[in-house]
Amino acid sequence: MAQNGKPTSKSNGKSNGTRNGDAAPWVGRKLKRKEDPRLIQGISHYTDDLKLPRMLHCVLVRSPYAHAEVGAIRTDAARAVHGVVGVFTAEDVSSIGMVPCAIQMPDLKVPKHPVLATERVRYVGEPVAVVVAEDLYAARDAAELVEVDYEPLHVITNMEKALGNETSYVHEEFRSNKAFTHALKNGDIAAAFKKADRVVKQRMINQRLAPIAMETRAVLAEYLPGEKRLTVWNSTQIPHLLRTQISVMLGLPETAVRVIAPEVGGGFGSKLNVYAEDGIVPWLAMKLGRPVRWSETRRENFASTIHGRDTINDVELAVKKDGTVLGLRVRILADLGAYHQLLTPLIPQLTALMLAGCYKFPAIDIEIQGVFTNKMSTDAYRGAGRPEATYIVERIMDIAAHELNIDSAEFRLKNFPQSKEFPFNTVTGLTYDSAKYQESLKKALQLAGYDALRRRQKNGLKQGKYYGVGVSTYVEICAIGPSAATPAGGWESATVRIEPTGKVTLLTGASPHGQGEETTFAQLIADQLGIDPDDVNVVHGDTLAVPYGIGTFGSRATAVGGTAAYLATQKLKAKLATLAAHLLGAKPGDITIGRRVLTAKGSKKSIPFREVVMAAYTARSIPAGFEPGLEATHFFEPSNFTFPFGAHIASVEVDPETGEVKLEKYVAVDDCGNVLNPLLVDGQIQGGIAQGIGQAMWEELIYNEEGQLVTGTLMDYALPKAHFLPNFTLDRTVTPSPVNPMGVKGVGEAGTIASTPCMVNAVCDALASLGIRHIEMPLKPERVWQAISHAQAAPREPEPLLVGALAASAARKNAQKPARRRT
Amino acid sequence: MIPVNFDYESPSTLAEALKLLASREDAKVLAGGHSLLPAMKLRLAQPALLVDIGRIAGLSYIRESNDQILVGAMTTHADIASSKLLQRSSPLLSQAATQIGDTQVRNRGTIGGSLAQAHPGADYPAAVLALDAQIIAAGPSGERVIAATAFFVGMFTTALRPDEIITEVRVPKTENESVVYKKHHHPASGYAVVGVAVRLKVSGGKIESAALGLSGVSQNAYRATAVEKALRGKPVAAIREAAAHAAENIEALGDYYASAEYRKHLATVMTRRALEQAASGAAK
Repeated sequence: MAQNGKPTSKSNGKSNGTRNGDAAPWVGRKLKRKEDPRLIQGISHYTDDLKLPRMLHCVLVRSPYAHAEVGAIRTDAARAVHGVVGVFTAEDVSSIGMVPCAIQMPDLKVPKHPVLATERVRYVGEPVAVVVAEDLYAARDAAELVEVDYEPLHVITNMEKALGNETSYVHEEFRSNKAFTHALKNGDIAAAFKKADRVVKQRMINQRLAPIAMETRAVLAEYLPGEKRLTVWNSTQIPHLLRTQISVMLGLPETAVRVIAPEVGGGFGSKLNVYAEDGIVPWLAMKLGRPVRWSETRRENFASTIHGRDTINDVELAVKKDGTVLGLRVRILADLGAYHQLLTPLIPQLTALMLAGCYKFPAIDIEIQGVFTNKMSTDAYRGAGRPEATYIVERIMDIAAHELNIDSAEFRLKNFPQSKEFPFNTVTGLTYDSAKYQESLKKALQLAGYDALRRRQKNGLKQGKYYGVGVSTYVEICAIGPSAATPAGGWESATVRIEPTGKVTLLTGASPHGQGEETTFAQLIADQLGIDPDDVNVVHGDTLAVPYGIGTFGSRATAVGGTAAYLATQKLKAKLATLAAHLLGAKPGDITIGRRVLTAKGSKKSIPFREVVMAAYTARSIPAGFEPGLEATHFFEPSNFTFPFGAHIASVEVDPETGEVKLEKYVAVDDCGNVLNPLLVDGQIQGGIAQGIGQAMWEELIYNEEGQLVTGTLMDYALPKAHFLPNFTLDRTVTPSPVNPMGVKGVGEAGTIASTPCMVNAVCDALASLGIRHIEMPLKPERVWQAISHAQAAPREPEPLLVGALAASAARKNAQKPARRRT
Repeated sequence: MIPVNFDYESPSTLAEALKLLASREDAKVLAGGHSLLPAMKLRLAQPALLVDIGRIAGLSYIRESNDQILVGAMTTHADIASSKLLQRSSPLLSQAATQIGDTQVRNRGTIGGSLAQAHPGADYPAAVLALDAQIIAAGPSGERVIAATAFFVGMFTTALRPDEIITEVRVPKTENESVVYKKHHHPASGYAVVGVAVRLKVSGGKIESAALGLSGVSQNAYRATAVEKALRGKPVAAIREAAAHAAENIEALGDYYASAEYRKHLATVMTRRALEQAASGAAK
């Protein structure tokens, strides 16, 4: 594997698909994506682009109330609209199974989750009826004519109130709004807090976010009664798991269901799910005997596609005054929304697992309560639990550094495990595979010009300028994951087939939806077989073509799916060697695979790759017992997760008069193990950072007290735009993972995980001299301005006494800084 | 997103358009379509008839006439932003236009459409107020001139009658004045949370005249007359104190992004900064 150097925006002259004569491997090159020409030209097909003869369209009628009894539903007027084929309510679709939840926990309350609401609606946007018509106009017009009697009920939106003495419940049958309690305790936490010189406490809120994939959800279904075959085109990250669930929901043999994920325009976890519409639309196609298509509007996407985050975190860090961390206590309330979608209760548990961050905490005490509210379900959104954990750890570390008056980078360096301590067992029970945390942070500090930034900060204060430097380090859990630790199997499949002409087909169980595996997997196979990436066609997202696979999420496709492809290719290499040896009169062990040629060591005899391949198919001259053809399948079960890591630094200036934040510089040093394609890794990091900064600065899904979504359109919900952001400075360190033969880790979520606390740390750092220690996200100008106004109005407390060598050195460094104060 | 059924006409003359507009009570004029069409897609607007004035010749122009610049109602934001004539002789309108929406919006949206829509966070209203612009409206009984200061009467509400169409906007040349448009963009919509348009004439260190239009702060754009009054005849140093009156007696809008209190605060800070910038420009 190539050990890749610096990722930069400079293009590599020999990077565009044409192979130069040298033997440099394909892996490690900045190849442009094979996918892009068709996507950029708009000549490919998403689900909404597909049209079938006699296709019908459907529109869901959704609840305008967050919590209400559903009375009579009158559909006559809707049925009378010209072009309407049918209107269906819960009664009609009662044969469809529940919307599934894959998570099992001992005390987990699992509410019934019918595809159309029965007697109650529990969030705004919950589907209550579906209208099917010849065209979308008729369906949309008719949907407005469906009359539903609602009896509004008390709306539960506040988690703390939901757990208090309230007598109203999202689900009456549970007589409680608590869905589960999950605890993770290890080490002597009482001793840690007893021994602590200081306990740093902070409540921090991780606000609710919308995943906002560029392509909204869409389903097209066709049933052929003669063949008894249901085909479903679905914008999904998990075609096989969806096929299994559709067969269960509709009571069909799984062999009768084919799921195709055509082009999928992003998911960020929101399409790692099974939704009501995924059952309804195929049911309609079967019921009506005609193809039916549903395409989600953006407003529906806001209201009825899963949300992410939404936790309240009470955090306490026990720390010695020399800066040694002793223990972490975290209490989390996780807003689950009204129902469990596929993985809803799992996400906070992932947070718990990652709360050790990249530090040596001797003791930890975590308790999480999952809470039902009258909102859309939360579930996996880019990072899925890890950004929440990293936010908690990196914020409390920064707050502690300020309280102890220790430089925040120095404080982190002191508490990292050393690289020789890996594999490192964390207090939360994980084994981190490999890392060099110090190297990564030091590189970031150097790239950012950290010391100069600190000097500027100090000098700026004298001129009333508020510069801040945010440091955030992170470790994340990727390559999800060993099956024992995942709800639906954590392996991945690959079938590699060398066709008679020497072209290669890879059938991967991964389901790329923007990640570019058609390119990276082709690169890795090309190197193994001595051919070009253009010779490799990567097929995915069709359950009839591809062996059962798990899908693309959790930064797993390359580390698990890519490894499966790599190992399947090894099987073929062995077969090629056997056949080449037979044809050359040599020993299989002496055969090496070169560029389009197989050579016998020593004898210098060689045979073109294509001839060996053809011989395997003509099968006229094959060794005894040699199985004709060249196809191999591997199901790869990983032995552990992988744990990418890195260090990010943000430099900001805060306008003290308006609270506006200017992001001036952003440096990211990420380590995702070996790199298949630096261009794609950089792309993932770039997008991830933007998305994470989006949470820190702009994004928030607000439900008001009536449970109405206040920021449910793109005119209200602020996504990061390119011109909001500076050019990022990216670099990396490369620490191969020992968990898989390619030494890869995963990179899909890293940027999102690191950048959110990095930004908040930077802004709070800028205002630390005013005594501000925490501002809740998003850091809207008004919030920042309010914090500044309150701080300026509040009286000052004296500087805390500093003891110890490290603190003393920090004190020297900070001698020029104005006094700090705890608020 | 699918609008309700509607009729569509694209007349080739203004007279025809006015006739169509008068023919139906729930008829609406379609100019650039960047406010109306999104509202129709969400079914928030449900006009029965759309009168598309995009095919009427001669409504898109920017030309000089004595001491005024005349801007046709169907002139796009992009054309206004890039007009050399405006940039030279009355740059405030161009400054405001460059800050509207995004490239797509600027390429399709028109000044007439934007003024008629009168979104509280639109950019032109602040500019035309500061410029004392004239808005020309054609109706069944002929043409009339509406002063910008009398045009904006409420949220999405103007002095325009339902049977009138804006044909032209007339702005004065401001070659001897200093103009500045400052904007706090809403991060999602791009509309002005606060937009401050300043037109300042300074001579001998004294402020001869000042005109300020503010968008975004309240239901409709307004002239900050208290600030103007506090500046007139005063030295430039009076700016700080004068700017404090920017949102005086204004009932400010408040939402999840910016409360009324913050909008008013922002208005005063941005007014001061806009004035300071204008004054420093004027000093050169």
